Amino acid sequence: MDLAIKLIVLLPLLAAAIAGLFCRVIGDRPAQIVTCAALLIAAALSVFVFVRIGFGPESGKLFVVKLFTWIDSGTFNVDWALRVDTLTAVMLIVVTVVSSMVHVYSIGYMAEDTSIARFMAYLSLFTFFMLMLVTSDNLVQLFFGWEGVGLASYLLIGFWYDKPSANAAAMKAFIVNRIGDFGFALGIFAVWMLSGSVGFEEIFGKAPQMAQMRIQFLGMDLPALETACLLLFVGAMGKSAQLGLHTWLPDAMEGPTPVSALIHAATMVTAGVFMVCRLSPLFELAPIALMVVTIIGAATAFFAATVGLTQFDIKRVVAYSTCSQLGYMFFACGVGAYSAAMFHLMTHAFFKALLFLGSGSVINCLHHEQDMRNMGGVKEKAPQTFILMWVGTLALSGIGVPFIFGNGVGFAGFYSKDIMLESAYGVHTTVGVIAYWLGVVAAFMTAFYSTRLMFMTFYGKYRGDHHTWDHAHESPSVMLIPLYVLGIGAALSGMVAYDWFVGHDWHAFWGHAIAVKSTEEVLHHAHEVPLWVKLAPLAFAIAGILLSYYYYIVRTDMPARTVKAFPGLHALFFNKWYFDEIYDAVFVKPALAIGRVLWKKGDGAVIDGLGPDNIAARAQDMAGVLSRFQSGYLYHYAFAMLVGVAGLVTYFMLSVR
Amino acid sequence: MSSWPILSLVTFLPLVGALFCLVVNGPKEAVDRNCRSAALLTSLATFLVSLVLWVRFDPTKASFQFEEKLDWVPALSIGYHVGIDGISLFFVLLSTLLTPICILASWESVQVRVKEYMIAFLVLETFMVGMFCALDLALFYVFFEGVLIPMFLIIGVWGGKRRVYAAFKFFLYTLLGSVLMLLAIIAVYWQVGTTDLPTAMEKLDLPFTWQCWLWLAFFASFAVKVPMWPVHTWLPDAHVEAPTAGSVILAGVLLKMGGYGFLRFSIPLFPEASQYFAPLVFGLSIVAVIYTSLVALVQEDMKKLIAYSSVAHMGFVTIGAFIMNMQSVQGSIFQMLSHGIVSAALFLCVGVVYDRMHTREIAAYGGLVHRMPRYAFTFMFFTLASVGLPGLSGFVGEFLVLVGTFKANTWVAFLATTGIILGAAYALWLYRKIVFGELTKDSLKGILDMNRREIALFLPLVLITLWMGIYPSSFLDPMAPSVDKLIGDYQAALKLARTAALVP
Repeated sequence: MDLAIKLIVLLPLLAAAIAGLFCRVIGDRPAQIVTCAALLIAAALSVFVFVRIGFGPESGKLFVVKLFTWIDSGTFNVDWALRVDTLTAVMLIVVTVVSSMVHVYSIGYMAEDTSIARFMAYLSLFTFFMLMLVTSDNLVQLFFGWEGVGLASYLLIGFWYDKPSANAAAMKAFIVNRIGDFGFALGIFAVWMLSGSVGFEEIFGKAPQMAQMRIQFLGMDLPALETACLLLFVGAMGKSAQLGLHTWLPDAMEGPTPVSALIHAATMVTAGVFMVCRLSPLFELAPIALMVVTIIGAATAFFAATVGLTQFDIKRVVAYSTCSQLGYMFFACGVGAYSAAMFHLMTHAFFKALLFLGSGSVINCLHHEQDMRNMGGVKEKAPQTFILMWVGTLALSGIGVPFIFGNGVGFAGFYSKDIMLESAYGVHTTVGVIAYWLGVVAAFMTAFYSTRLMFMTFYGKYRGDHHTWDHAHESPSVMLIPLYVLGIGAALSGMVAYDWFVGHDWHAFWGHAIAVKSTEEVLHHAHEVPLWVKLAPLAFAIAGILLSYYYYIVRTDMPARTVKAFPGLHALFFNKWYFDEIYDAVFVKPALAIGRVLWKKGDGAVIDGLGPDNIAARAQDMAGVLSRFQSGYLYHYAFAMLVGVAGLVTYFMLSVR
Repeated sequence: MSSWPILSLVTFLPLVGALFCLVVNGPKEAVDRNCRSAALLTSLATFLVSLVLWVRFDPTKASFQFEEKLDWVPALSIGYHVGIDGISLFFVLLSTLLTPICILASWESVQVRVKEYMIAFLVLETFMVGMFCALDLALFYVFFEGVLIPMFLIIGVWGGKRRVYAAFKFFLYTLLGSVLMLLAIIAVYWQVGTTDLPTAMEKLDLPFTWQCWLWLAFFASFAVKVPMWPVHTWLPDAHVEAPTAGSVILAGVLLKMGGYGFLRFSIPLFPEASQYFAPLVFGLSIVAVIYTSLVALVQEDMKKLIAYSSVAHMGFVTIGAFIMNMQSVQGSIFQMLSHGIVSAALFLCVGVVYDRMHTREIAAYGGLVHRMPRYAFTFMFFTLASVGLPGLSGFVGEFLVLVGTFKANTWVAFLATTGIILGAAYALWLYRKIVFGELTKDSLKGILDMNRREIALFLPLVLITLWMGIYPSSFLDPMAPSVDKLIGDYQAALKLARTAALVP
C-alpha cells in the first residue's frame, strides 16, 4: 500500500523529468509513451488504493507515508509526507483518471505542435504537483502543491509563448493566484501560531481550543479560528476562481484545450474546494467563515452563469460554467455539506473534462476555430463528438428522471447538483435559502448556456468559411477513446457513487476524512426537504433547455432581439461585469504609476538629490570656492593672513575679557 | 582539530594565488591564461578546504569552533582572533563557492588587465572570508573595510560607462557608515579594554542611552550594506555598472555583510537598543519591500530590476533578524544564503546575454526561447526561486521569516507578505519580456545558446537551490544551536535590564 501511494505520486514526476530534460535526446514519441504509461499506471494504482480505502478491509482508514523532514526550525516542523484517506483517494481517482485521459488525448490534439515533449512534460509535472497537493499531510506541503500547480498552470497557459495574449494570460493567472496565496500563507501562519503545528492531525485535535481563542490581527481583536479560516479561504478563492479573484480563469483559455480540461476544469481549480473539505474540522467550528463561503460560492455560481449566457468563444462558455459550478461546490461546503461538494467535484471533473475535450475536438475539427458564431452544423462532420458532447451537456444541466429505482436515474450532475441544493435549503438558514435560490436560477442559466453551445455549434447551417468546412473531420480515435471514458464517467458516476458519497453508506465510505458531525446533520436534513425543493432544480433546468431550443432553433432572431431589448444588461454580462477594466484602473495602472514616481522622484530626486549627489555637488562647489583662494598672487595670501590674524586677535581680546 | 589553523588557511589561501599572479611574467596572452588558471585553481582549492570546515563542524555546539587566537597589537590588546559558529559557517562557504564561479564567469568577458582583475578577486575573497571569521572588532573592521577596496576597483576599472559615478557613490555611502562604526568600535574598546568580541559580549554593560548611540553607529554601517531603504540607491548603480562577476559577488556576498553584522554585533552587543529600535528596522524594511518592488515593476534595465528586487528580498532578512525568534532568525539567515545563490545566478543570467549582445536594456530582447532553450530553462528556474516557489530555496527563508514574524507582529507580517505578490509580478514580467514572445529582432537571430562553460557555472547553483529547497535541514540544523544561543542571550539580557529597571 505504501509503495503504491509513493508510486502514484512519483511516477508522474519521473515521467516529467525524463520527457522534459531529455526531450531532445529521446524525441517526441518516447516522451509521449513514457508520460502516458506513467499516468496510466498511476491511475490503475489509484483505483487499487481507492477500492482498498473506500470499501476494502481498510475502509475509512488513514494512511500516512512519511518521507523525510522538510523544514525544521524550533517548534516549526514540517515533513514531506503522503497522506491518504477517503478524501484523498477520491481526489487520486479524479486526478489520475482525468490526467491520464488528457495525456492520451493530447497525443492526437497536439500532433502538429512543434514542442510535443515539452507539453507532455508539463502535463506530467502538473499531475505530480496536484498529487502532492491532495496527498499532503500538512498545510505547508499543501501550499507546495498549491504553488506547484500554479506554476504548471502558468507554464501551460503560456505554452504557446509566441502569442502575447497567452503570455499575458499566464502572468495574470500566476499573479491573481498569488493574491490568493497571500491569504493562504497568512492563514497558515495564523494556524501555526494558534495550534503550534501545521500537521493536519494536530490541528484538528486543537480545533475546539482554537475556536475559543482570540487573535490580535492588524490591530483588531478577532475570533481566532474564524480569522484563520477566512484567510485560508482567500487562498481557495484564488485557486478556484471565486468572485473577485476569478478574472484569471477565462483568460486561461489561451492555453491548449487539453490543459483547460485537466487544469482549469477537472483538477487544479477544484483544489480550493478540496482544501475547505480537507480542513472541514476547522471550518465546521467557524460559522462566520462558513457563511462567507456560502455567500461567495452562491454569488459566483450566479455571476458566472450570467456571463456564460452571452459569450461566443466556445471555451469561454465552458470556462464560465466551470467558475459557476465551483461556486456551487463552495456553497455546499458553506452549509456543511462537504460530502456533497466532493460528490459534485468528482462528477464535475468527468463531465467538464468531457465538455472541454469535446470542445477541443470541435476546435480541432474546424481547424482552430473557437468562435461559435463561425460554427454550426458540425454534427454532420463529427457525429461521435456530437453525441459525447450531449452527454456532457445533460450531465452539466443535471438532467434525470427522479424517483425511479430508488434514487432516480440520470446523468452525473443530476445527483450531485440536487444534493447540494437540497443541503443548502435543508439547513434552513437565511444564507442557505438564498444560496438555494441563486443556485436554482443558476441551474436554469446553466442549462440555457450549455444547450446554447450545443445548438450554436452542432445544429443549423455552418457559418464559417468553406475551406475549413471542406477539411473538417471527426477526431482520430486516440482523441475519441478518452472522450468515451469520460463520457461513461459523466453518464454513470453519479448513479454509481451516490450512496457512497451522500447516501446510505457515506459513513463507512468517508470514515473520518471529513467533518462527521455537520455532514450527518446536513445530509439528514437534505433528504427531508419538501418535494418541490427537490424538483425545482430539474424543472428550472428543463425550462432552460426549452428556452434555449426556442431561441437558437425555433426563432433564431430572438437572441438579437433580446439583446436589443436589454442593451445595458447584455453589455454588463458580455463584458464580464467589467471586472477586468475596474481592476486595471484601480490596481494595475496605479501600481505602475506609483512605481515610476517612487523611482524617478523618490530614489532619483529626493534620496540621491539630497544624499550622494548633493554631497558630491556641494563638495565640488566647495572645491570651486576654495580653488579661487589659491590664486597664486602673493598679496592675496598676505591679505588672507592679515584677516586671519586680525580675527584671532579680536577673538582673544573678547574672550579674555 | 586545533592542530592546524584551517580557518586561516581558508582565509589566506587565495592570497597565494594572488601572489602567483603578481609575479607571473611574459607575453600578455600567456600571462592572462596563467592568471585565469591560477585564480580558478586557488579558489577551487579554497572551496574544497572550506568544505572540510562543514564536514568537521560540530552541529550540536553553539559556541565558536576552529578558534585561533594570536596577539596582533598586544599594546592595545587587539588580537587576531577567528572562529566560526553555525551562523557564520555558511557565509564562509557561500563566499568560497561564489568566487570560483565568478572567476569562471569572467573567463571570456574580461580581456583587459586580466592579471589585476584576478588579483582583485582573490584579495576580495580573503577579505570576505576573513570578515565572516573575525572574532575581534578591530580585525573585523579591517576586513570589513578591506572588502571595499577591491570591489571599488572592480566596478571602477572593469565597469560600464558610468562606472566612476557608480564606484564613487558606492564608496561614499559605505564609507560614511564605516566611519561611524569605527567610532563605535573605539567606544566599545574604551569600555571593555579589548576588542575581543566574545569578551566584549560578556563584559559590555552600557547604559541604555549609550547603547542607543552605539547601536545607531553600527546600524549606519550595516544598513548601507544590506542595503536598507533609504540608503539603497547606490546598489542599482553599482550593479548596473559592475561587470557580471562584480554583480554576482556584490549581490551574493557583500549584501550579506549587513545582515550578518546585525546578528553578530548589533544584537548581542546592544540587546536593549536592538529591541528599542526594532520598530524602526521593521518600518524601513517594509518600506523597502513594497517601495522597491513597485520601483522594480517599471525598470527598463535588467540589472536594475534585479538590483531592486534584491533590496526587497533583503527587507525580509532585516525583519527576520530583529523579530528575534527561532523561526525568524533562521529564516533570515537562510534567506541570505538563498538570496546569495539565487541573485548571483540571476546576475549570471544577465551576464550570459550581455556577453552576447552588450546591452542590458530589456526592450532589446524578446523571444530568446527560440534560440536558447537551455538558457530559457535556467532563467526560469532562478526566476521561480526568486519569487519563492516552494521546493526551491527562496521559499524556505521567506516562509520562516514570515511565520516567525506573524507570531510577533501581524502588521509587519501582513505588509511584508504583500511582497510575494509584487515579487511575482516584476519577476515574471522580466522573464516574459526577455525570453517569451516571437523572435523578431534581427540582432538576436544569430544568438547562441549557453556553452559548456556556462552550463558548468549554473549546474552547481541549480543543484544547491533544489537542495536548499527540498532538504533545508542540512543548513538549518547546524545553525540551530548558535541561533538558539543568540536568542537565549538576547532574552536573558533584556530580562536582566528589566529587573534592573525595577530596582529603585
